[in-house]
Amino acid sequence: MKPAAFDYVRAQHLEEALEVLDREGTDARIVAGGQSLMAMLNMRLARPKTLIDIMRLPELAGIERKGNMIVIGAGVRQAALLAWPDLGGSLPLVALALPWTGHVQTRSRGTVCGSIAHADPSAELPLVLRALGGEVHLRSAKKRRRVAAKDFFSGMMATTRTDDELIEAVSLPAAAKRCAFREVARRHGDFAIVACAAVATADGVRLAVGGVADMPAARDFPRLEGGALDDALNDFAYELDARDDVHATARYRRDLVRMIGRDLVREVLQ
Amino acid sequence: MAEAAGHAFASREVSGNKESGSPWIGQSIPRVEDSALLTGRGRFIDDLGVHPGTLHAAILRSPHAHADIVSIETSAAKRAQGVVAVLDGDDVKALTSSLVVGVKAPVECWPIAVGRVRYVGEPVAVVVATDRYLAEDAVDLIEVQYRARPAVIDPLAALRADAPVLHDGFGGNVASDRTFRYGNPEQAFASAAHRISIDIRYPRNSCTPIETYGLVADYDPGEDAYDVLANFQGPFSIHAVLSRALKVPGNRLRLRTPPDSGGSFGVKQGIFPYIVLIAAAARAAGRPVKWIEDRLEHLTASVSATNRATTLHAAVADDGRIHALDWDQIEDCGAHLRAPEPATLYRMHGNLTGAYDIRHLAVRNRVVVTNKTPTGLNRGFGGPQVYFALERLVQRIAVELGLDPLDVITRNLVAADAFPYRTASGALLDSGNYQEAIQRGVDEGKLAELKSRRDAARAQGRLYGIGFTAVVEPSVSNMGYITTVLTPAERRKAGPKNGAQATATVAIDPVGSVSVHVASVPQGQGHRTVLSQVVADVFGLTPGDVRVNTEIDTAKDAWSIASGNYASRFAPAVAGTAKLAAERIAVKLARVAASQLNTEADDIVFAGGQVRSKRNPDNKVSFSRVAGLSHWSPGALPDGIGQTIRETVFWSPPELTAPDDDDQINSSLCHGFIFDFCGVEIDRTTLQTRIDRYVTMHDCGTILHPAMVDGQIRGGFAQAVGAALYEEYAYGPDGSFLTGTFADYLLPTTAEIPDPFILHMQTPSPVTPLGSKGVGEGNCMSTPVCIANAVADALGVKDITLPLVPAKLAQAVRGAEPAPPAGRASGSVKKQSGDRRLHGEGEAVVSAPAERVWAMLLDPETLRAVIPGCHSVQKISDTHFRADVTIGIGPVKGRYRADVTLSDLDPPHAVTLGGSAEGALGFGGGEGRITLLPTGNGGTSIRYVYEAAIGGKVASIGGRLLDGAARVIIGQFFAALARQAGGGAADSSPSSLLLKLRRWFGGPR
Repeated sequence: MKPAAFDYVRAQHLEEALEVLDREGTDARIVAGGQSLMAMLNMRLARPKTLIDIMRLPELAGIERKGNMIVIGAGVRQAALLAWPDLGGSLPLVALALPWTGHVQTRSRGTVCGSIAHADPSAELPLVLRALGGEVHLRSAKKRRRVAAKDFFSGMMATTRTDDELIEAVSLPAAAKRCAFREVARRHGDFAIVACAAVATADGVRLAVGGVADMPAARDFPRLEGGALDDALNDFAYELDARDDVHATARYRRDLVRMIGRDLVREVLQ
Repeated sequence: MAEAAGHAFASREVSGNKESGSPWIGQSIPRVEDSALLTGRGRFIDDLGVHPGTLHAAILRSPHAHADIVSIETSAAKRAQGVVAVLDGDDVKALTSSLVVGVKAPVECWPIAVGRVRYVGEPVAVVVATDRYLAEDAVDLIEVQYRARPAVIDPLAALRADAPVLHDGFGGNVASDRTFRYGNPEQAFASAAHRISIDIRYPRNSCTPIETYGLVADYDPGEDAYDVLANFQGPFSIHAVLSRALKVPGNRLRLRTPPDSGGSFGVKQGIFPYIVLIAAAARAAGRPVKWIEDRLEHLTASVSATNRATTLHAAVADDGRIHALDWDQIEDCGAHLRAPEPATLYRMHGNLTGAYDIRHLAVRNRVVVTNKTPTGLNRGFGGPQVYFALERLVQRIAVELGLDPLDVITRNLVAADAFPYRTASGALLDSGNYQEAIQRGVDEGKLAELKSRRDAARAQGRLYGIGFTAVVEPSVSNMGYITTVLTPAERRKAGPKNGAQATATVAIDPVGSVSVHVASVPQGQGHRTVLSQVVADVFGLTPGDVRVNTEIDTAKDAWSIASGNYASRFAPAVAGTAKLAAERIAVKLARVAASQLNTEADDIVFAGGQVRSKRNPDNKVSFSRVAGLSHWSPGALPDGIGQTIRETVFWSPPELTAPDDDDQINSSLCHGFIFDFCGVEIDRTTLQTRIDRYVTMHDCGTILHPAMVDGQIRGGFAQAVGAALYEEYAYGPDGSFLTGTFADYLLPTTAEIPDPFILHMQTPSPVTPLGSKGVGEGNCMSTPVCIANAVADALGVKDITLPLVPAKLAQAVRGAEPAPPAGRASGSVKKQSGDRRLHGEGEAVVSAPAERVWAMLLDPETLRAVIPGCHSVQKISDTHFRADVTIGIGPVKGRYRADVTLSDLDPPHAVTLGGSAEGALGFGGGEGRITLLPTGNGGTSIRYVYEAAIGGKVASIGGRLLDGAARVIIGQFFAALARQAGGGAADSSPSSLLLKLRRWFGGPR
């Protein structure tokens, strides 16, 4: 369990990181907290030619409020966001979900944007980004662009980021809106079998689900109750195309979407 | 550091107690091991220095469960930077002989695949290089061609006549088939009011120590001798297996163990094939070779407990009294029957009636081989498998006869006045009072209160149940029990094998300080602490005066085949032997002191660092002065003393005789008793089992160190909770190993383990020197079935399969699932149970006509463009292409050799595309039917259905993501095909095109 040889570039400025990325393209990989990537390197599942470390870049290190948006730089560790004093007031859903991301030890290294870039279908941060309708700020040597969460994730561990782009930051709308989060895993800190986030919308509630489809999925529900709500949730549960694995069955996942979904929708609508 | 400081303080404090005369035994003194461990000064195998020039090994392992090795190409690996040697099975075979197999059959067992692989993870080649990184680089350069064979995974399937056969020397896959009969079971069943039965499957799991296997091997050609340092734990009967395999006499294999071990739980015994493998590599390389197993290797291919299929019948009276048992056990030992297997099956042979007085017993024991990792020692060793069947059956008897389960237990217990009690199959239950233990457990564990909790929970509609178990915990294995697998005639031919020899040496230096050495190879339990207590009591010293060394060096130390750390033998056998060795010196020292103090030897007492007259306490001499005399002035010793410098005692209990001609076997020396009960609740939403309260009552005889005993109970309990709720070495039906990381092999953490309520009573054993019995394995035997019984009570179901994966309970708790809404397909294509093949279907619409799409499918250039990550395509025939591809999901990328074949051609309407790929990350194969349908506007709709299977490393690591990953890759193929065919996508960026295609594909299917 030793990685194959690779070059390591500790970027001193963002331009340097972008330049190396532009040059190396698909053979390069950004490393931030390394909580997923390092394990993949050691197991030789991934063997990039070059690793570009962005953790020393001051321009990526901050959490900022810009208007109604909270912008979280690519160098911000999960533990730092969890410790951010405004978290509960500005991003209550993140405050609920982030403690479910890994463990204390992994959060102290892992970054917010790294988890989103990795796009694990069970991860909490991509789910929250999707539920809140946040944006991913991408940057290459040539251009900058922002991609809405629903257009960013494209499949299992797949995103619409191009090989010459890195995630500079993500932005999430600040809101004191009603929200709820619940997750089921075999053990505390495991990859979610099902994670559900619910956020109040103007005319109902948005329910986002992780761990079931290839990527976080969301659906807006109008105000429904009783059998109508159950039917809508059942439809959503089947739409997600759940699968079996060693930890759960497709049916169990659908059950959780139906049951937890109902609880969260009611909780948010109350 | 607080602990270390506390140590010094506590020592002074307890030494004050000592003056008042209470023995050290029975006190929870601080562990002498801990200050090194807590300050990072432990000396584990990977911390120890090696000789300059030591090389490092990495192992290429099989991705297939069952396949012939067609060829192994190592030339590129041999030329790679830093590589000194590369060995395959034939090379190892040339340097060694086959490992012995525990049954009489013409079957070979090598530490590396020779011509054929039989389980995922089986070594195929070893690379020795100047460092581990370079060794792993070179492993990637070895090219192996396999020809897959069908695999057999399930032990019952292995018995079928048409099952794939693993070894030609066994009859089918059956390595052993023995029947036993004790008493008159036929008559007992014929006359019984009820015949109550249970079928169970006990899963595969392991206790997974935090430290993996590690060893350094060297070969000295001048001496024709091997020197091996390995974190092996015993039993040292394996030493004979190793020297035979390495083709040297035993005195030319020096086997040493490091001072500290990062845990074993039996598992480290399984390192022995790697000792042969790495020693052979060291011989080939001409330099010492070090190998540290990594976690993926450990989980995939180290060793596992056995899984077992059992059918158990009981002949039962109306009141629940059990008159006879009929066992049918099918033991799955994996791909090879490695020493000491099939010991897991026979370890419990004397205890098949558990804690119960059942005189009639029928047994059929079959041992089968399957395409899974070979099995070996594991905490509990046969106990969990036996008690899961027996105690589930006792619960079923209660349910079926409408009795209280605790009444069924108590009605069948061995009577308190019946000890020593000989069980039907020959175990001698040495001491106990099971009735009192249960009564105290019920009272002090507050069973009545737990029942109220259950009733209250049930009144609220919650799923709450209570489970019970009563088990006998055997310890100190009879080395002869394994020969019960042989017939009496075979045993007579092979010669006797029995006993449980323990060895201990006590030595005194010129200044009278005491050293102890035992051949026990502790794995973190605290043997050194307990031995210092035991010996300090004999000499009237403090534990701090006694230094204990537990390292083993077979070239220098006293040892026997029974040496080592297994079968819970430390407290009953090893610690007792140290007491005997100390006493042997103390008897002589008493005579020396008596002559100096002008009194009789029986007037001498050792206390407070002095040797005194009992009658006249002022008549005394310091211990060190008496003890050192043999060094300074041997001529001054009384006649006949000889020396008082060093004594080694070899102790083997006479009760451990070989199996007799009726197959009666006293499989273990002593027998503790455990009574457990627990309350569990199953959450109605998550279906997770929560242990509300767990009570465990132990009688392990005399307790030497109460805190360590509780530590053993807590540790065993934690591993048992893992076995009950979380842990399984899972295999796909094709033999793919699915739990190669701790993200998939789920160990409970501190958040999942409740604190058990521990109770004790102490009935000393009459057959051990200190009255102690083993305690380390009991909860691994009692707890899984206790939890299962509680869950059965909560859900009112008969069949409980471990681990209790919540999803598996959905049907039992909730019944049928709500149907999908009208117009929506029911989700995933229906799979047969256990089918791990990936299925899918989809559709892509392109603007080109069907004829053009068809032409593209048959064109190597188009295939090169559309196969994801394709570097080159070679046309073998019109319908067979060979490709070199890099396939990846996100950062996970691997390079594969792929073969693509086209069949069932129906131009230009349909074709079947078959493919297989093999590379460093594993292999895959699949088949898809592609149908081309013209659309109204001159385009073509490409419809596809596929079935694929993926195995090897990527399946072991990424099981959770595999299905989705396959879908992404197949999606990539059709996206590229559509792009190539001018799929009408204006934006040529592959990912956004993929996104568009995903919308087409991603709909209901």
